[in-house]
Amino acid sequence: MEDADILFGIYCPPHPQPLLSPEASDGYAKLRQAYDTCRERIENSDADLIIVYSTTWPSIIGHQIQAHPEPEWVHVDDDFHYLGSMPYKFKMDVDFAECLRDSAKERGLHSRTIAYEGFPIDTGSVVALKLLNPDNRIPACIVSSNMYANRAETIVLGKSIRDALAKQGKKAIAVVVSSLSNRMFTEHIDPTEDRIHSPKDDEWNRKILEFFADGRLEDLSQLSREIHGQIRVQKVVAYKPAWWMAATMGQHNNYQGEVLAYEALHGSGGAVVTLTPSSGSFGDKEFDEDDVEYYHGDRDVLDKGML
Amino acid sequence: MPKGEIVLGCLAPHPPHVVYAENPDQNEPVSEGGWETLRWGYNRLARKLKTIDYDALVIFTPHWQTYIGTHFLGLPEFKSKSVDPVFPNIFRYNYDIKVDVELSEIMREKASEHGIITKMMRNQDFRVDYGTITSCHMLNPDWDKPIVTISSNRNAHYYSAEVMNEQAAALGRACAEAIEESGKKVVLISSHSLSHRHFVTESPLPEDMSREHIYNHSQYVWDMKLVDLMREGKMRELIDILPEFTEQTIAETEAGGLTWMMSAMGFPQYSAEIYGYQSVIGTGNLVAAWDPNAVTREIVL
Repeated sequence: MEDADILFGIYCPPHPQPLLSPEASDGYAKLRQAYDTCRERIENSDADLIIVYSTTWPSIIGHQIQAHPEPEWVHVDDDFHYLGSMPYKFKMDVDFAECLRDSAKERGLHSRTIAYEGFPIDTGSVVALKLLNPDNRIPACIVSSNMYANRAETIVLGKSIRDALAKQGKKAIAVVVSSLSNRMFTEHIDPTEDRIHSPKDDEWNRKILEFFADGRLEDLSQLSREIHGQIRVQKVVAYKPAWWMAATMGQHNNYQGEVLAYEALHGSGGAVVTLTPSSGSFGDKEFDEDDVEYYHGDRDVLDKGML
Repeated sequence: MPKGEIVLGCLAPHPPHVVYAENPDQNEPVSEGGWETLRWGYNRLARKLKTIDYDALVIFTPHWQTYIGTHFLGLPEFKSKSVDPVFPNIFRYNYDIKVDVELSEIMREKASEHGIITKMMRNQDFRVDYGTITSCHMLNPDWDKPIVTISSNRNAHYYSAEVMNEQAAALGRACAEAIEESGKKVVLISSHSLSHRHFVTESPLPEDMSREHIYNHSQYVWDMKLVDLMREGKMRELIDILPEFTEQTIAETEAGGLTWMMSAMGFPQYSAEIYGYQSVIGTGNLVAAWDPNAVTREIVL
C-alpha cells in the first residue's frame, strides 16, 4: 500500500440542527462550536483536500464518488424540512475523484464518478462541508457508503483512498459523517429537552468516545460489529465509519484524539471528534479477522455447497 | 356531499429504469428501451385508469423516508428536477407536480386522530422523491391529476416488520376515513418492488436485457407466493405473512405501502388484476391493481 498523508481526521454527525438551528438548544450550540473549531483547524492546516465519507449517502452500484466540479442546489432534509433549506455550492477535486475511482478499481471495487447537475448531495455531506469549509477554500471529495458493503469492501475502499492520495502527493483531511448511536425519538420534541434516547445508547457512546480520546482508532475499527449490534438501528448491514476511517487514516492506534463535543441530536448521539496521527497512543486489541488488500466480490459459497 | 371512495388500488414499482426505458421528454437520459414486460403492463394499467373517474392519486413512497412520524406533502405545486441518487445515469427527470393539499390535510388530521405522529411538509424547496415520480409517471404520464404523497415512516428499522404492519394498517384506516369524508374519488398507489436484493454492479448498457434476471431463486419463489395469494384474493393472509416475506427477501414492503393500501381498501377478498412481473437489476417487480368495482374488474394475466 502506498504511503498517504492524512493531516487529521474528523468524526461529526449528519443532522442539520448545528447548521440550521444551533440556537435551539445548548447542545446544538456546543456542536456548532465544535464544528467551528474544526473549521479553524482546517483553515490553519496546509491541506490540499477534504475527503468526506457520509453515511447518509447510500449507494447500491458499487462506490460512487462526487465529481461535479461545482455541485450546486438547495437541499431540504426529509425529516427536518421545517428547519429550513440548505443552499449549497461546493468545489470538488475532480482530478482526485477520477484518480480514486481508478484506484478503487485497481483494488477490485466497482466504483464510478458522479457528475450530474442537480445530483442530490446528502444532508450529512452538506452539513459537514458548509460548516467545515464554508468558503470552499479547499476542494473536497465525497464518497458514498454502499448499503451492501461490509468490512472487506469498506477497508479496501479506505486503502484505495490512500493509494490515490499517494499517487497525487496530496495532503488530506478525512471526514466521517455519522452519528454514534443513531436511534432518534419517533415524535417531535422540544429541542431544549433533547437527550440521548436511552441510557444504554449513552453508555456505549461514552465508551466509544473514550477510545477516540485515547486515539485508539484501530481498536474501534475492530469493535465495529459489536457497536452495530448494540446501538445502531439496523438500516444497513454494518457500522462502517470506523472501518473506513481506520483504513483511510492508517490501521493503528497511534493518534492524538480530542472529543470537542458530545450532545444529543433528536435522541441520537452526535459527537465532533478529531484524530491526529501521533506516536503516543496504544491499544489493547488484536485483529481476529484478516486484513484485506483487494476485494474479490462474492465468494459464491452457496454454489459450491450444492449437491 | 356524497361520501368519497377508493376507486382503485395500484401496486406500482418505481425502478427508475422503466421511465428511462420509456424515453419521456421530462427525462434527460435516452435509452434503447428495455423491461418491456413491466412497461407494457404499466401501459395497460394506465389505459384502464383513463377509463376511471377519479379526483386524485394518493401515493405511499419508500423513498421519502421519515423517522419522526408520517409526513404529507402540503404545498399546491412542486416544480424541479429529480436526480436518482443511486441511478443518476438513467434518471434526471424534470417534474411539475400538482398536489391536492385539501385531501392531504384531511389525511394528516385523521392520521393524527388515530394516534399517528404526523407532519405537513411545507418547504417549497423540498424535492419530491423519485419513487413518487416514477410510479405516477408510469400510471398517469399526462400528469393531469393532482397527487398526495405520504412518507414512509421506518418502523421496520426502529422496531420490527410486525410493528410496521400494525402502524401502516392504522394509517390505512385513517386515510380511508379521510377519503370518505373528503367526498373525493381516489386512486391509491403503493410504490415499491417485492423482493429487493439488487445487483451491485451495472452492465455498460443498463437496458441490456441479456443481463437482467432475479437476484436468486429464493426471491423469485417468494414473489410468486405473493402473486398467488393476490390472484386468490387472500390479501389478509398475504399481509399476515408479510413480515416473514420482508425479512426473507429484504423486500421493499418494509416501508409499509402494501399494508397501508390493503388496510385502506379493507383487505380485498377478490382477485387482484396482475399486469406484469419482471426483475430490474435483480429486484422483483409486480404491477397489479385491485378494482373494488366487480363490473370493471378484469382477469388481465
